Amino acid sequence: MSERFLMKGNEALAEAAMRSGCRFFFGYPITPQTELAAYMAKQMPKNNGVFLQAESEVAAINMVYGAAGAGARVMTSSSSPGISLKSEGISYIAGADLPCVIVDIVRGGPGLGGIQPAQSDYFQATRGGGHGDYQILVYAPSSVQEIVTLTAKAFDKADEYRMPAMIMGDGMLGQMMEPVEFFDKRDESTLPEKPWATTGTGLKREKNIINSLYLKPEELENKVIARYKRYDKVKEKETMFEEYFTEDADVIIAAYGTVARIALSSVRLARQEGFKVGLIRPITLWPFPEKIFAKRSETAKQFMCVELSMGQMIEDVRLAVNGKCSVSFYGRTGGMVPNQEEILEAIKKLF
Amino acid sequence: MINPKRITIFTGHFGSGKTEVAINYAVNLRKMGKKVIIIDYDFVNPYFRTKDAEAELTRMGIEVIASPYANSNIENPALPPEINKVFENKDAYVIFDVGGDDDGAVCLGRFKREFEKEDYNMLFVLNQRRIITETAGGAVNILRDIETVSRLKVTGIINNTHLKQYTEPKTVSDGEKLAEEVSRLTKIPIEFTSAKRDIIDKIDDKLVGRKFPLDLYINLKF
Repeated sequence: MSERFLMKGNEALAEAAMRSGCRFFFGYPITPQTELAAYMAKQMPKNNGVFLQAESEVAAINMVYGAAGAGARVMTSSSSPGISLKSEGISYIAGADLPCVIVDIVRGGPGLGGIQPAQSDYFQATRGGGHGDYQILVYAPSSVQEIVTLTAKAFDKADEYRMPAMIMGDGMLGQMMEPVEFFDKRDESTLPEKPWATTGTGLKREKNIINSLYLKPEELENKVIARYKRYDKVKEKETMFEEYFTEDADVIIAAYGTVARIALSSVRLARQEGFKVGLIRPITLWPFPEKIFAKRSETAKQFMCVELSMGQMIEDVRLAVNGKCSVSFYGRTGGMVPNQEEILEAIKKLF
Repeated sequence: MINPKRITIFTGHFGSGKTEVAINYAVNLRKMGKKVIIIDYDFVNPYFRTKDAEAELTRMGIEVIASPYANSNIENPALPPEINKVFENKDAYVIFDVGGDDDGAVCLGRFKREFEKEDYNMLFVLNQRRIITETAGGAVNILRDIETVSRLKVTGIINNTHLKQYTEPKTVSDGEKLAEEVSRLTKIPIEFTSAKRDIIDKIDDKLVGRKFPLDLYINLKF
């Protein structure tokens, strides 16, 4: 670790990507993630890389498809409406088993919605977003420092499982400034080999083909089944979460991203007043940390999901506790962010 | 703060802490019994801005002028028409809290003639712990870019080096060395050194000149 700097979440993500060996960035500006692209534009040329502002989000994601097919570490970033536009390309990239990193700094929706922070794209992220049977890895950092570690991980895991990985943060996470430490820049010779990449055969091997079209349905079915076997491995090995005060808790709050930090402040206040409350913070949204919810549902009496949406992650919490506990919801939407006092009030009502 | 001019403009690299310094500057003037207006002149940053502290500032008797679109759900770089009055009624001290970098400073050009009709200070807020301004070269580049697009001259440098909760007196002293170097290269004096009140009291480095204690006004919800 080197010395500390003060950075916006968006800038830290860009810096962490370059240090992870990302040498290609294709994007299109949108609030509240524009600083990420602006930082890339300034710093990517100094890192022997390519920054390109595409003519649209659709163009950007297809450039990512191309660079990923050629074996490069590549990233794009956007915010909610932009991710909707990219969804077709994400489906193609998943269908061609290619690794890449996609950043979604979520704002209020639907439609153009607004520019203030939101988490109302949980379904879009964790259910793939585009068409077809597929999943992407979804990491949800809750601090600028965690953005740095999860960005490095996203590149590694995308390569390891040959699938897109998303960093999903609400607008606040992209905009807020916190002190961060960085890892040293990755030596590019240590990046994983990609024997499947289309880099030219040199007449020494069979040609590689990057494709998501299969003429025979049997063949497509086998491809999809093989992909889901890989997803099983991802679920088994890559799930991440954090929990606080859950062992003796009667009520457990589920929250992710910056909202989990606000909710944790509320949980601490509630504990001071004698309420037995705990918190589980999923760090990976897909794969969802269902086992810890199942385990805690044995001892807790009820769960409450706190989100910047009308309630989306709550469905995964309900599936995970499988009817053992009731699951209620508290949320704000449209770009509104709850404060710790209002979450505290919602917690107290459960007792 | 010894000889504040009627108009003080805060510029700098984005994320250098302009808003907190500008608000504290306004509060200090108010405590000296002056009539004070602070203008949220940031048209590049969507969140965490002077407008956030409007209620508290209004309570202190400081008038806040901000774009009607500040903290709304769209970005519209419209200047609030109320700005014009600060050049007509010259009875108030006026603080401009400008957006970061040259991108944020562009809109200063709109009032170049008004600024130049009277005495103004344009202060460049510097935080050495921001990657792009960690070297004197990087900081001077941004300072010159801001001067170019605003068509105004920076009159003073503020060392506002900090690392939030990790700030130590040495963090500020290290920043002072950078500020000195930027001052030497540009021949622009250091106006003051700002840091949170509890930190600034602990600085015994002789290099650090005029100290400006900060109270924080823009807070996160956790």
